Amino acid sequence: MATIPMEHGLLLAGILFGLGTLGVLVRRNILFILLSLEIMLNAAGLAFIVAGSRWGQADGQVMFIFILAMAAAEVAVGLALVLQMHHHLKTLLVE
Amino acid sequence: MHSLWLIPILPFAGFLLLTLLSGWHRSQRLTAVIGVGTVGLAAALAGLVGYDFINTPPETGVYVHTYWTWFKVGDFAPKIALHLDALSLIFILVITFVGTLIHLYSAEFMAGEDNWNYARFFSYLNLFIAMMLVLVLADNFLLLYLGWEGVGLCSYLLIGFWYRDPQNGRAARKAFIVTRIGDAAMAIGLFLLFDNLGTLDIQSAMGQAAALWPVGSALAMWTAVMLLGGAVGKSAQLPLQIWLPDAMAGPTPVSALIHAATMVTAGVYLIARTHVLFTLAPAVMTATAVIGALTLLLAGFSALTQWDIKRVLAYSTISQLGYMFLALGVGAWSAAVFHFMTHAFFKALLFLGAGVIISRLHHEHSMFKMGGLRKELPFTFWVYLIGGSALAALPLVTAGFYSKDKILADVWASPNGGAWLWAAGIVGALLTGVYTFRMIFLTFFGERQPLVQEFSPLPQPGWRMKLPLGVLAALAILAGFIETPPTLGNISLLSGFLRDVLPPLADTAISTTTQLALQGTAVIASLGGIAIAYFFVLKRPQTTARLVQTKWGAVLHHFWFNGWGFDWLDNEFIIQPFVRAAQMDKDDWVDLGPTVAAELSVMAAKAVDGWHNGRLRRYAAGVVLGAVVLLTAVILIQ
Repeated sequence: MATIPMEHGLLLAGILFGLGTLGVLVRRNILFILLSLEIMLNAAGLAFIVAGSRWGQADGQVMFIFILAMAAAEVAVGLALVLQMHHHLKTLLVE
Repeated sequence: MHSLWLIPILPFAGFLLLTLLSGWHRSQRLTAVIGVGTVGLAAALAGLVGYDFINTPPETGVYVHTYWTWFKVGDFAPKIALHLDALSLIFILVITFVGTLIHLYSAEFMAGEDNWNYARFFSYLNLFIAMMLVLVLADNFLLLYLGWEGVGLCSYLLIGFWYRDPQNGRAARKAFIVTRIGDAAMAIGLFLLFDNLGTLDIQSAMGQAAALWPVGSALAMWTAVMLLGGAVGKSAQLPLQIWLPDAMAGPTPVSALIHAATMVTAGVYLIARTHVLFTLAPAVMTATAVIGALTLLLAGFSALTQWDIKRVLAYSTISQLGYMFLALGVGAWSAAVFHFMTHAFFKALLFLGAGVIISRLHHEHSMFKMGGLRKELPFTFWVYLIGGSALAALPLVTAGFYSKDKILADVWASPNGGAWLWAAGIVGALLTGVYTFRMIFLTFFGERQPLVQEFSPLPQPGWRMKLPLGVLAALAILAGFIETPPTLGNISLLSGFLRDVLPPLADTAISTTTQLALQGTAVIASLGGIAIAYFFVLKRPQTTARLVQTKWGAVLHHFWFNGWGFDWLDNEFIIQPFVRAAQMDKDDWVDLGPTVAAELSVMAAKAVDGWHNGRLRRYAAGVVLGAVVLLTAVILIQ
């Protein structure tokens, strides 16, 4: 089975992280900011997976499960807040 | 005599009660009961103690009781101790007795105030009585100084009692600061005593001073000068007399109690108490006498021109205190104490009488708007006439005549005195007659002015006002008969009583003919003053008006009216230069440190306050930037 070189994986994670950051910085809609945050989280998760496969250890995948759980919680709270924000302010724009 | 400690404690307890319970003052009646009751009890106790003291005098003539040690630093351990001898007994009797009467009077006088102010007034007044008693009963100079400053504080609080008027606050500050100048001198005097004698206990300090310091030594002189400075400030003598006329801004009972009967005589008490030291410094004695003589003349002239009834009384107080200083200066200690006592009675009476008039005329102070009050307020008129006669030393029947006569005779006879000082006293007596009866004629005689007609018929004072007035009027007559000159009965109850504490004047033996001549002159001066007042105020008011309008008359009137321009002098030569210097020095380098620090933090705040703009994406950008910078730094440094 052909292995994907570590550099490629990390590069993809870095690009994803950069895109997510850019999204957070340029988007005005809170919903898209949250989406971008998710992308950043997943980029970090990808970096863990790549690192785990490079060293042949399961720690990276364990960390990814943690991040997933944390992201789920974050989305639950975040979306509830977004709903409240829409309810009270009639807008989702942060500025 | 063992209940001596209760005498100052009772009024103090009244003060504490009235202050601590200030939230509960729902009724003026309760406040008055506490305020008047505690002082009344103290007066009754003082009476008992006095009775004890006279019937079974202590063997040494002194009763000292030590309660506890105040503090202890090395060998210096001042005690809280009370010292009762003939001198302090007379003072506590006058203070508590006149104090009770004035408290009773105030209960009615201040009834128009709201409950809170009413309680505040009585708590201050009680604190004053307590502090004054501490002052005169103190066994050491430190405790005396506590009382001294305590009465100064109460004086300040009560002059500024109606604090909503900035003028009253100004008068209160003036009184406080001017007396503080004297107090600073007095503190230096006490430092000198302690530094050289190692004790602040009054009796042992006096004993050591007499043993160690020769007569006329520089140390004795300087100490006496400094103590004299304190006395001059408190007793409103030249050149620190300027605060007393303005102190009339306080309620009238305060003027009666503090600024006439008791506190202002603290200076007289201090000098009488330290008379041993003053006899060691003959030059300072002479200075005291000259200050007294000058003050009594200047204040007498100023009193002639005032239109405010309370200011006439204020200047007359300064003038009468001048008599006491004159007596102290020639070594006639007991004469000064005698005049203190009679003056306390008749001046309190006059102030309280003036208070009746002022309150009935809705706070009008101008005598020219009164007139004809004799028929409106007959009781007040009679007691006021008695008080005025005592002040003007109406011969034979009034207390003021006997006390002033004793001072004048002693001044003539004393080796320190002499004809000049005596002549000043006689001129002062003439002036006293003029200004006192000018006041009485203007207020009670003549036509009723429009203001009086408007408020007519004036409500009569109630019993709480009438009783103190009546008692004080009786005392203003009777108090004189305890000490009469050799030509008129030769009673010497007071000076005999004081003999152990205050030595009698040496070489006072003057022949009966001289004595009679002196008395005759005094009588002529007093009656002449009254006659002059009658002529210029009632008989020929137009002449007076014309006299004032002549060029020199106007200048003199203006000059005297403003108290010989002392306020102007102080303002021009002390206050203004000081203010100018302060303004010039406002931006000096001492302020540099704090100013620069303040400027820097303002600049820093301005630099960063733009970041706090509430824009979420900017914050996020900040976080990203920070992370990038930190990570770069970590990587590069490795």
